[in-house]
Amino acid sequence: MDLLVQLLDATIRVSVPLLLACLAGLYSERAGIFDIGLEGKMLAGAFAGASAAAVSGSAWVGLLAAVAIAVLLALVHGFASITHRGNQIVSGVAINFIAAGSTIILGQAWFRQGGRTPALSGDARFSAIELPGAEALRDVPVIGTIYSDLISGHSLLVYVAFLMVPFTWWVLFRTRFGLRLRAVGENPAAVDTAGISVTWLRYRAVICTGILTGLAGAYLSVAQNAGFVKDMTAGKGYIALAALIFAKWKPVPAMFACLLFGFLDAASIRFQGMPWPVIGKVPVQLINALPFILTIILLAGFIGKAIPPRAGGVPYVKER
Amino acid sequence: MSTPYAKLPGWADYGLIPLINLLVAFIMAGLVVLLVGENPLRAAVILVDGAFGSGQNIAYTLYYATNFIFTGLAVAVAFHAGLFNIGGEGQAYIAGLGVSLVALAFDSVLPWWLTFPLAIAGAALVGALWALIPAYLQAKRGSHIVITTIMFNFIAASVMVYMLVNVLKPAAEQAPQTRQFLDGGQLPKLNFILEALGLSVRSAPLNISFLLALVMAVFVWALIWRTRLGYEIRTFGFSPKAARYAGISESRITIIAMMISGGLAGMMALNPIMGDQHHMALDFVAGAGFVGIAVALMGRSHPIGIVPAAILFGMLYQGGAELAFEMPNISRDMIVIIQGLVILFAGALEHMFRPTIQTLFASLSPRSMGIPAAKTGGA
Repeated sequence: MDLLVQLLDATIRVSVPLLLACLAGLYSERAGIFDIGLEGKMLAGAFAGASAAAVSGSAWVGLLAAVAIAVLLALVHGFASITHRGNQIVSGVAINFIAAGSTIILGQAWFRQGGRTPALSGDARFSAIELPGAEALRDVPVIGTIYSDLISGHSLLVYVAFLMVPFTWWVLFRTRFGLRLRAVGENPAAVDTAGISVTWLRYRAVICTGILTGLAGAYLSVAQNAGFVKDMTAGKGYIALAALIFAKWKPVPAMFACLLFGFLDAASIRFQGMPWPVIGKVPVQLINALPFILTIILLAGFIGKAIPPRAGGVPYVKER
Repeated sequence: MSTPYAKLPGWADYGLIPLINLLVAFIMAGLVVLLVGENPLRAAVILVDGAFGSGQNIAYTLYYATNFIFTGLAVAVAFHAGLFNIGGEGQAYIAGLGVSLVALAFDSVLPWWLTFPLAIAGAALVGALWALIPAYLQAKRGSHIVITTIMFNFIAASVMVYMLVNVLKPAAEQAPQTRQFLDGGQLPKLNFILEALGLSVRSAPLNISFLLALVMAVFVWALIWRTRLGYEIRTFGFSPKAARYAGISESRITIIAMMISGGLAGMMALNPIMGDQHHMALDFVAGAGFVGIAVALMGRSHPIGIVPAAILFGMLYQGGAELAFEMPNISRDMIVIIQGLVILFAGALEHMFRPTIQTLFASLSPRSMGIPAAKTGGA
């Protein structure tokens, strides 16, 4: 029981950046803008967040800086792929490299700790929040453990991330903005005909992506860890992308996909080198590669079919 | 503006616009240098001197360029078929298996000139097979090639860690790498060519795979512009609909183009493994597969553009290493930024300056645009 709770607790912690990045990608891709630059925006956000928090001593300033820089990069992506109708994949790749290089160079130049930012402590970090009654309920069997060990005791951004799931669902499927956003990803010409600006709509979607990747970055460097380490996203942006496809571009399945991939990650660390029941010893590399393998199998249509938004990746050219 | 991408004279289209894009990318990189408190002009001087200042430096520059010619050609071939092969990194990495298995098997029995062709075949074959799966999935199952090739990069990394740690590492060793190859698994250096030109080279890893890279550049040119298959690849890339109408099989072209692309990326593994280190270590590709994207975009997917673009990036790699000595604030990661900026300005934003330049051309000499002056403002 204890082991299971620990494992699930770790799962939640590693799933959060995936979930935030995955929802970020959801807004953009649902609006027809492919974004493989999630990784770069998250990395830049993590760096900006940790730097600003280290200098100012406030986690909130860090969070704002993370969101600001991620939105800026998202706007670069928008400028290239919406305004100039450039290749969205190429633009995303470019942003990943710019973020990967500049976080190291600037980190080294500003803090001189080999690409790290100074360690954060106290108010410069988002600390764990004890939910009301967590202490009182701790001794209640099962429910008490689940509530006080699993649900309570995370940092603010963890709760924000999970609340973003119903919120995103509500925005996409219950608001006018969401309806238009989905429409512009399926058939931009129809949206244009209805007198709604495709460009402005897509820019707003891209900004949403920026905000959420900024949160994901801030979580990594200001909440989960106490500072920025070079290349700290380590492919999480791509796993989030895989989760997004795995979830067929839907918010609630996205949460489950991220939890699944997070669980694989947590379990591979927890059980490293230990034999598994039935299958025996599994190399840790196989478990690391599992999210990607599963996504490929899904994409190939062997288990269900993932159909991307129809206008995804295609720049919109207004009819003349 | 009725014709957003009206025709420009050839020299402007293939010379001026790429040059402007490149210039903007380097100006932006200069701003980053300013941001870390160094002088960009001095940095540029150190960089160029570090890349071409001596025979030794030139040899290193060409050694790095060799990697980028292979990966640049790989990306370019896929581009011609309208496919974005972002998986060059993984294809090159996994092709290291082909190279080192051949070298490990034959280095004690065959001379290098017999091992080399076998290793080329091994590298190309493994790289091509690693590209075959995403190509097949795109052609037959409709998965997006960009996504699958990204995923395959990660899978390749996992496979290689497993192979090096659990299979290929000699039991007595600590570091996850293969044993050192004997003479039969070592490629001859080319430094004598530079020395014949009066330059002095102490010891640089420039080796015969550089010549192979140049041969491949000619091969790609001949393939794309002088063969029937190349014509089909270009037609398919230009307009899949027209290709289908002309009876060109979509899945055949997708699979063949991706396998050629993967094979070219795979050959990159020869250069560091057999040419320089004489063993296979973790992460020997070191991002060269991704640099290939920038090289192909900069070289406009033509070998005549790709070879100089690869040498430019070789210069950045070698010069960047020298720069890190002189300016400790600037490490080799500066290249990653420049690479990103080049991809952004030469790739995603390649049309940004086009309207301005067109207006300029139209007002200066309407006839060079092939349109009478009066019609420029037509609706």
